[in-house]
Amino acid sequence: MADWIQGLHPALQATIRVLLFVVPILLIVPALIWWERRLLSWMQDRIGPNRVGPFGLLQPIADGVKLFFKEDITPAGVDRKIYFIAPALALFPAFAIGGTLPWGPDYGLYGLLTPIANVDIGILYILAISSLGAYGVVVSGYASNNKYSLMGGLRASAQLISYELGMGVSIAAIVMAAGSLRLTDIVNEQAKALWGFVPWLQNWFIFTPFGFLAAVVFIICVIAETNRAPFDLPEAENELIAGYHTEYSSMKFAVFFMGEYAVMFLFGGVFAALFLGGYNLLPLNYMAIGESVPALKGLMGALEGINYWGAPLWFLLKCALGITFFIWLRATLPRLRYDQLMSLGWKTLLPVAVANFIVVAIWIMCTRLYGPAGGFAAGGAAILLLVVLYLNWMNANKKNFPALSSREIELVSGQVPERRGIKMVDG
Amino acid sequence: MTSAQITFLILAGIAAISAIGVVALNSPVRSALVLVVNFFVLAFLYFSLGAQLLGITQILVYAGAIMVLFLFVIMLLNLGNTNSAIQKKDGKPLIGIICGIGLFGLIASQIILPMGPRGQTAGAAPGYGSPQAVGYTLFTNYAWAFEITSILLLVGIVGSILLAKRRLKS
Repeated sequence: MADWIQGLHPALQATIRVLLFVVPILLIVPALIWWERRLLSWMQDRIGPNRVGPFGLLQPIADGVKLFFKEDITPAGVDRKIYFIAPALALFPAFAIGGTLPWGPDYGLYGLLTPIANVDIGILYILAISSLGAYGVVVSGYASNNKYSLMGGLRASAQLISYELGMGVSIAAIVMAAGSLRLTDIVNEQAKALWGFVPWLQNWFIFTPFGFLAAVVFIICVIAETNRAPFDLPEAENELIAGYHTEYSSMKFAVFFMGEYAVMFLFGGVFAALFLGGYNLLPLNYMAIGESVPALKGLMGALEGINYWGAPLWFLLKCALGITFFIWLRATLPRLRYDQLMSLGWKTLLPVAVANFIVVAIWIMCTRLYGPAGGFAAGGAAILLLVVLYLNWMNANKKNFPALSSREIELVSGQVPERRGIKMVDG
Repeated sequence: MTSAQITFLILAGIAAISAIGVVALNSPVRSALVLVVNFFVLAFLYFSLGAQLLGITQILVYAGAIMVLFLFVIMLLNLGNTNSAIQKKDGKPLIGIICGIGLFGLIASQIILPMGPRGQTAGAAPGYGSPQAVGYTLFTNYAWAFEITSILLLVGIVGSILLAKRRLKS
């Protein structure tokens, strides 16, 4: 198999790699839509689609057929050319974003099949393509010639630019820790000993303090970038009808829908590659365990083999985990207000990501100079210093608003209704 | 023709046509979108020259951030089609065309003449445009220039905040 692939023309090899990536995503999108609807209905105590096929499994296919045969209405006032291009602009980044994402190990057979392009600039490529995701939304909002759509487009562009920064800086911390922009290198780095001194476990970045912080910032930014609840202001249905895709019907709408789910799924993959050890099922270094406990050597070898050959499956599992998290958030959190969105992005996530970046730099420097213990001590000291500085700054800028002692409202003058558990406040 | 030349011709052709479109189209939004295409294709020209980091920065910064802001402003101001540049019968277009051809000739002469009639095969060393190479050069040979540029950018940021800040009463 490996020899046969290596014998092919490079262009054919690349085509195989692209097909192996894009076709599964196309097939998986209907399943994702089914999963979202069923899980959401379960979380919201509803029944959800359960009529077409067992557990409603064929519902997305029925919906697809319906969308395909629906009348495609083009409103009279639209800017026709741009209106037709917009769905393609929305779909392109959704599929292109996986260009450098490895779904398997970079050695052996999988090394030939994944990633599509193992380039030096792997993670920058993903950032660049995800930043192009704004155009589909912005352009469709403009072309629809509808004020609600335009509002959606405007919100989307502002939101994407604001959250790109936090995302970039949180990734920069990981890139510094891994020492490479190449995604396969980042994944391989996570297969090393945990914290530099626990050889049996893998050093998944989510297990390190700075990696955890970066992961939190990154996932929030990703939700904002993909316009998902609670950051779905560009398509807020009760304010903007459906925002940028109000005027789209039939397959054009389906294309927007497909792009949204594909990009969510792939961002789950990016999260897995950056923080969850990529294709590895469990954070265990089988070889190191086998060497420490000779009795388990055979078992560990077999597990290593399972881990290697099942790699695409484990990667898919992690992507599914990511999308489940997205759905969970959608079911849990109410939509943010626009000013809350902006202040979260600029005043919370960006400073946290930058502070994290500085801490990682100090930690790496001290680890190189004084070993793991010195690194952790310096990193902890840096975090402590930043927290103290922040608290001081908060104290210095404290606004002297009168603190409300009670939220009760006087309905009848002089008589505040007494409630259970709430003490009356004098004055 | 080699495959590299064909790739170059296709990319350069799209870039040139889209560049003309930026000035020729009437609608500001369309002009901006064509400019995005131009930036995007330029990035591929950089890739074909081996400058990976430069190319991806081009997409990330120009196509991904600056042009989104441009579109944001155009849409916020809701600029309609403009015919003023065409209706005005002054000498501006003529002067523009002459200057454009002159600039083209100047640059082309500097590129084509040194190559000689046969042209040259361009070849970058492996790892030429990689992040490592660019970072190493930036932080060794050009450290001062890099730091001064970052101070300039910082001044720009502070200035824009000052301009955008609401005036306090008192």
